[in-house]
Amino acid sequence: MDKCCTRCQHTPATPCRDYVICRREGPLCHDDEICRQKRQGVLTRITARPGSGQQKVVVCGGLNCGAAGAFNLINAFRTGVVNQKLDEKVQVTLSGCMGFCEQGPIVTIEPDRTFYRGVSEEDVPEIINLHLKNNQVVERLLYRHPETGAFCQTYDEIPFYRQQTKVVLEHCGFINPEDIAEYVAVGGYRALTKALTEMSPEEVLAEVKKSGLRGRGGAGFPTGRKWEVARRVPGKKRYVICNANESAPGSFMDQTVLEGNPHLVLEGMLLCAYAVGSDEGYIYVRAEFPLAVRRLHLAIAQAQRFGLLGENILNSGMNFRIHIHEGVGGFVCGESTALVATLEGNRSIPRVKVPHLAEKGLFGCPTVINNVETLANVPKIVLNGSAWFAAIGTEKSKGTKIFALSGKVQNRGLVEVPMGITLRDLIFTIGGGVKEGKRFKAVQVGGPCGGCLPEDMLDFPVDYDSLAGTGVTMGSGSIVVMDEDDCMVNLARFFLNFMERESCGKCTPCREGTTRVLEILDRITNGEGNLSDIPLLEYLGGVIKTTSFCNLGTLAPNPVLTTLSFFRSEYLKHIQDKRCPAGECLALCQFTIITEKCAGCGACRYLCPAQAISGEKKKPHRIDPDVCIRCGRCFEICKYQAVKRR
Amino acid sequence: MAKQVTLIINGQELTVPEGITILEAARRAGVYIPTLCYDPELTLWGGCRLCIVEVRGWKKLPSSCITPVRQGMVVETESPAVRHARRTLIELLLANHPEDCLACERTGACTLQDLAYRYGVRQSSFTGKRRNYTIENGNPFIVRDMNKCILCGLCVRVCSEIVGRSVIDFTNKGFFSKVTPPMDLPLEKSDCVFCGNCISVCPVGAITGKPMWGQGRRWEIRKVHTVCPYCGTGCSFDLNVKENRVIGVTSNPEAPVNGRWLCIKGRFGFGFIHHRERLQMPLVRDPFLFSKVTWDRAISLAAAKLKEIKAAYGPDAIGVLASARCTNEENYLLNKFARAVLGTNNIDHCARLCHSPTVAGLAAAFGSGAATNTLAEISGADFLLVIGSNTTETHPVVAIQIQKALRRGAMLVVVDPRKTEIASRANYHLQIKAGTDVALLNALSSVILSENWWDQEFVKTRTEGFEAFKKVVEQYPPEAAAITTGIPAETIREVARCYAHAKRAIILYTMGVTQHTCGTNNVLAIANLAMLCGHVGKESCGIYPLRGQNNVQGACDMGALPDQLPGYQRLDDPKVRAKFETAWNTLLPEKPGLTAPEMFEAAAEGRIKAMYIVGENPILTEADSSLVKKALEKLEFLLVQDLFITETANYAHVVLPAASFAEKEGTFTNTERRIQRVRQAIPPVGSAKPDGEIVCLLAQAMGYPMRYSSPAEVMAEIANLTPIYGGVSYAHLEKEGLFWPCPTPGHPGTKILHQKQFLRGKGRFHPVDFVPPDEQPDKKYPFLLLTGRYLAHYHTGSMTRRTPLGFYQETSLEMNPRDAARLGIGCGDRVQVTSRRGTIKITATTNENLPVGVVFATFHSAKSPVNLLVGSVRDPVAKIPGLKGVAVRIEKAR
Repeated sequence: MDKCCTRCQHTPATPCRDYVICRREGPLCHDDEICRQKRQGVLTRITARPGSGQQKVVVCGGLNCGAAGAFNLINAFRTGVVNQKLDEKVQVTLSGCMGFCEQGPIVTIEPDRTFYRGVSEEDVPEIINLHLKNNQVVERLLYRHPETGAFCQTYDEIPFYRQQTKVVLEHCGFINPEDIAEYVAVGGYRALTKALTEMSPEEVLAEVKKSGLRGRGGAGFPTGRKWEVARRVPGKKRYVICNANESAPGSFMDQTVLEGNPHLVLEGMLLCAYAVGSDEGYIYVRAEFPLAVRRLHLAIAQAQRFGLLGENILNSGMNFRIHIHEGVGGFVCGESTALVATLEGNRSIPRVKVPHLAEKGLFGCPTVINNVETLANVPKIVLNGSAWFAAIGTEKSKGTKIFALSGKVQNRGLVEVPMGITLRDLIFTIGGGVKEGKRFKAVQVGGPCGGCLPEDMLDFPVDYDSLAGTGVTMGSGSIVVMDEDDCMVNLARFFLNFMERESCGKCTPCREGTTRVLEILDRITNGEGNLSDIPLLEYLGGVIKTTSFCNLGTLAPNPVLTTLSFFRSEYLKHIQDKRCPAGECLALCQFTIITEKCAGCGACRYLCPAQAISGEKKKPHRIDPDVCIRCGRCFEICKYQAVKRR
Repeated sequence: MAKQVTLIINGQELTVPEGITILEAARRAGVYIPTLCYDPELTLWGGCRLCIVEVRGWKKLPSSCITPVRQGMVVETESPAVRHARRTLIELLLANHPEDCLACERTGACTLQDLAYRYGVRQSSFTGKRRNYTIENGNPFIVRDMNKCILCGLCVRVCSEIVGRSVIDFTNKGFFSKVTPPMDLPLEKSDCVFCGNCISVCPVGAITGKPMWGQGRRWEIRKVHTVCPYCGTGCSFDLNVKENRVIGVTSNPEAPVNGRWLCIKGRFGFGFIHHRERLQMPLVRDPFLFSKVTWDRAISLAAAKLKEIKAAYGPDAIGVLASARCTNEENYLLNKFARAVLGTNNIDHCARLCHSPTVAGLAAAFGSGAATNTLAEISGADFLLVIGSNTTETHPVVAIQIQKALRRGAMLVVVDPRKTEIASRANYHLQIKAGTDVALLNALSSVILSENWWDQEFVKTRTEGFEAFKKVVEQYPPEAAAITTGIPAETIREVARCYAHAKRAIILYTMGVTQHTCGTNNVLAIANLAMLCGHVGKESCGIYPLRGQNNVQGACDMGALPDQLPGYQRLDDPKVRAKFETAWNTLLPEKPGLTAPEMFEAAAEGRIKAMYIVGENPILTEADSSLVKKALEKLEFLLVQDLFITETANYAHVVLPAASFAEKEGTFTNTERRIQRVRQAIPPVGSAKPDGEIVCLLAQAMGYPMRYSSPAEVMAEIANLTPIYGGVSYAHLEKEGLFWPCPTPGHPGTKILHQKQFLRGKGRFHPVDFVPPDEQPDKKYPFLLLTGRYLAHYHTGSMTRRTPLGFYQETSLEMNPRDAARLGIGCGDRVQVTSRRGTIKITATTNENLPVGVVFATFHSAKSPVNLLVGSVRDPVAKIPGLKGVAVRIEKAR
């Protein structure tokens, strides 16, 4: 991204409108050999095109792979490559999340498109020696097709990737998020250039409106309409806010996009700012995403250094500054009005939405708040046109959506698919079905605000509107899969526990109601429930749903209400039979030792805090149910799976 | 007119303006929707959700207080779904609310209780955890039981939006949300000023007033709407009476001046009424001690003594001090007593010490010395210039109006040597050198003139004397004023620009302007500035001299002045004299009388032999109090009429027990010229009598027939003789009072003075020159002492010291920490303060809001009589002493 030659005049102080294009297509003002060579060198190095003789080792730098040891892998590769004197030919780089978190740490080799899974530091010499030096694939690190058992050499062959449509995540996992040059090399900031040089703000706005893009945060408000209101309201100052306060358990889409391709979000904000006429923006990012925060700081600094943020951007007269605001740690801070309140330095409590934030938001100025994923779609729409975008997805839900697959699913990770895909495709085709061959039981869609669906509902398409009839919302797109070992009452209790703790305390139904719902669920899972609790839960849930102030409260009872409608029998079993069919509610479990399996090792007897287990060495033990306190430690310790929990 | 929309509420078709909420629309149609967190004076919150309604076609039940009406909406306010949801919400609230209604202070006035009754909630379906906080009652005013809090946030919003202090806010979140002062400190350790406005909005028993705890149930209490006896704002409230005892004060939303908002004194300062030290019998001095006597004996003794002195030395050997605490009727009677019975014009009252420069100055410039506009208009101003007023402490409810203006985005400029609370809220705080106001005001005028920002049309058509004024003012460029006043020239320019360009600009001032030896000039300079910009005679414009005492305006109106008859009618006007002489059936003395300070001088010199002091405590309030003491000692006869044995009463020969404001009928006139009814709540304590009755008794005993069946009859006489009160009658005052001038019966009163023309015809510019204060710090007396008031105390404290208010603030000498450190004085040390007149001992505290070299003390304490230090040099016109600015020396007390 530095100057290609002395003739390049571009700096933030002396901006040149063609600067971004020059990086890929050559200086428009002159064309000399030195520049061309230099540019080709950079592009070859970054993109590692086939036949160029260049190779690129891409180590996944997403949080999951990082936690599994990927950050050490980079250093190991770098030293290995240097020691083997390959550093002329081989680039080692970090990337954002590649999405297939189940298989981490992941390393890909470009341009071969080789996909290595579960790579550890010990494997590095082998990859360098065999693959980089001798072009031999290390077979044992390849992904095996779950059905055929064949090795998948490139990621294109892996069903998990093959079925996705990557728009937002297109470059996530391929480019280094900490280097703006890589983003520009793959076409980044071209949408901005196009907008600034070829389009008027109205045209950008019209394009976004035509594309049918809707807010990806969950509510699905048409983005273009929001922008239009903010643009229309008179006033000198307007704000653009990127909402990156992703806090629901099971969602990590926005985090991944910010960590994997922060410049895409910055470009989206710039385009939004251009369209609505704003000169200042905020990114409200959770402080619990340190990597995202660090990469955002880096990205902003880089963009400023090259004149893509700041004053007179690309000599267009447009000014835009972005501040990063680290969140104060609350689910409710993601509610737009509460977010604005915290940005102003107030308590994070949702405010009255009349007038709307787009008319009177941050510090009383018109304000556009968009979710990370929404903004990340904008550059693609501007660059490829609204028609291209509108062709993806369904009639009312255009484009793609990123889903975070987690729970008891084979392929946990991040997937991007067109809107309208069925849950069955998502879970079984892309997700690879339930883990360990167990039976599918339910899927929680949309995190704690969403709801739980049983197997016969899996053919519903996932988009903004189709699920509405089931009482479930798509939410921000987290998919948690449950198998036969998961207790639905306990699941509802888990999510309600989250919602109760995250309630801000402003309105009565959410503050007092969620607490009472949680208490009733606690009672039921402890075996103290009675039959009147079910209608109580239903009517209390209904009141919370219809009367809460903000969507946190409105959606809070969803896990309870949906499990009650689809898995009522489980509640009844907890209440009437005092039994947890899934064996998850410890207070309702019976622990017995299966005589045939018990080896008489005595581990459980030694560990039992209540001394409920008796038996001689090497002979089957038994548990005295009267003494047992149902702590479950014997179940966890038994190597032979001889302890039965039901 | 706003666009209209039509909607249907409970089958009733309504047409309402667009933009209002469903709740407002319903209330207009008389449809009741319950609310807990809604208040029309506060920002919308929408948290309690009880105001939910059903709108046809909507999935959720929207809360009506935050949902705007739309065309064609069909709303049901009591549908089964709504009733069911409301019942559930009430159950949820009750599940976390102590069910101790039997012992709860709020029973009978609790919204939650009413709603539980209305929706038939006997008990909650929900059990489980509850909050368990200790009840906070460590202060004598406010009890906070946060177990009962329903988190409606009204108190939080009142504190930040109305009072402007934000002492309390939510802490924690979710179920554990709690309203507390910062760090969960008890109120008494926070910045709370105990105005108790949170009590007035709390819908449940979470915040209650401590004085009323256990005193009576709502239905046992009789409420009497009357006017506050403290400052000149004229707030009114309900005295809560049970079995002829005043047990508390509650605010009344109908109060015309203040609505529900009160200050600490108004809400909690009523304890003096039934204080055990209240005088219940007349006292007569036996050589050394007071002994209780009957009224007959006391009155005949006093009358005989006064007659004797009048006969021996002439009527002008007697002086009368009327009282700004008494009603208009009583002041009128006192004025009549002095002039018609005693035959002297030696009548004055404490206005001499506060706003006599205003009465003199504004009358000279405009023709009337009163506030030009109403207090309610303050909130509508765009620019407020507050000079020498510690408004949040001295007029807290006026400060609420200022806060309202600030919330609307108005600009506030405060001129004060101290960084007071109101100064900390200001856009510009001009920390002026004490006593240099004329230089500043002239410089402001000078900028406005030189930049041509002045209202030429107004000056041309409405005023006179402009050329002479212009000549003087031109000699005050801001650069020169910057040196004199210590305020940067740039700031002066900016403030001048904002004042001149503001659409609606207001000047408020109090003692910081008047209590100088150049007080009248200060007032004239303010009047000049206002006329120059044409900011007079329009809505939300004008000048507000905020009057100090509850009825100081009325006492002036009623002629308790040595040179004016009631209604500011001139003593030297033969027509006026003839009118009064006919009405009073006597001849009136012609020579103007002595002012209060002059009376004490004369008494000390032996020219005045007897004094009749009603409801005043000059020994603490007058400047140079050693002289006052000497004067009182020298009097042959001193008659004092008061609620308590005050410091002054100790010198009296006869003390007569007067009734307090709660024990009599009458009227007070507040600082905005609003005449309001004072209503009797209880019979007089002991054998005390209303001051008016006592005056009548005295007059009768002295042989002058003065008989009235009621104060209303007195008012009729006042109306007959005083043109500005001409149309005033009790019936006419009943609801909201009246603004004088109200010349004829049925006249609606005058809210804005000088609208078409000034009361004197044309407004007159008075060129005034800056004269440095005569008392300046020097080597021997290096500090400048400013005297003033605290929020919780009132003047000499004869009333407030007999309430729990002293808990909140005690008198001390405030000094800058740097000065204190230099002198080796710490907080709480006793220091000795010496001026050229005398020495007092006082406790020192530090306050960084004071500039270096300036110290501050209040005159509330008899133990540290600060006025002993003040000099007797006076303003040549208004005769006010220079109470602001005494050179003193400070040493550690031994």
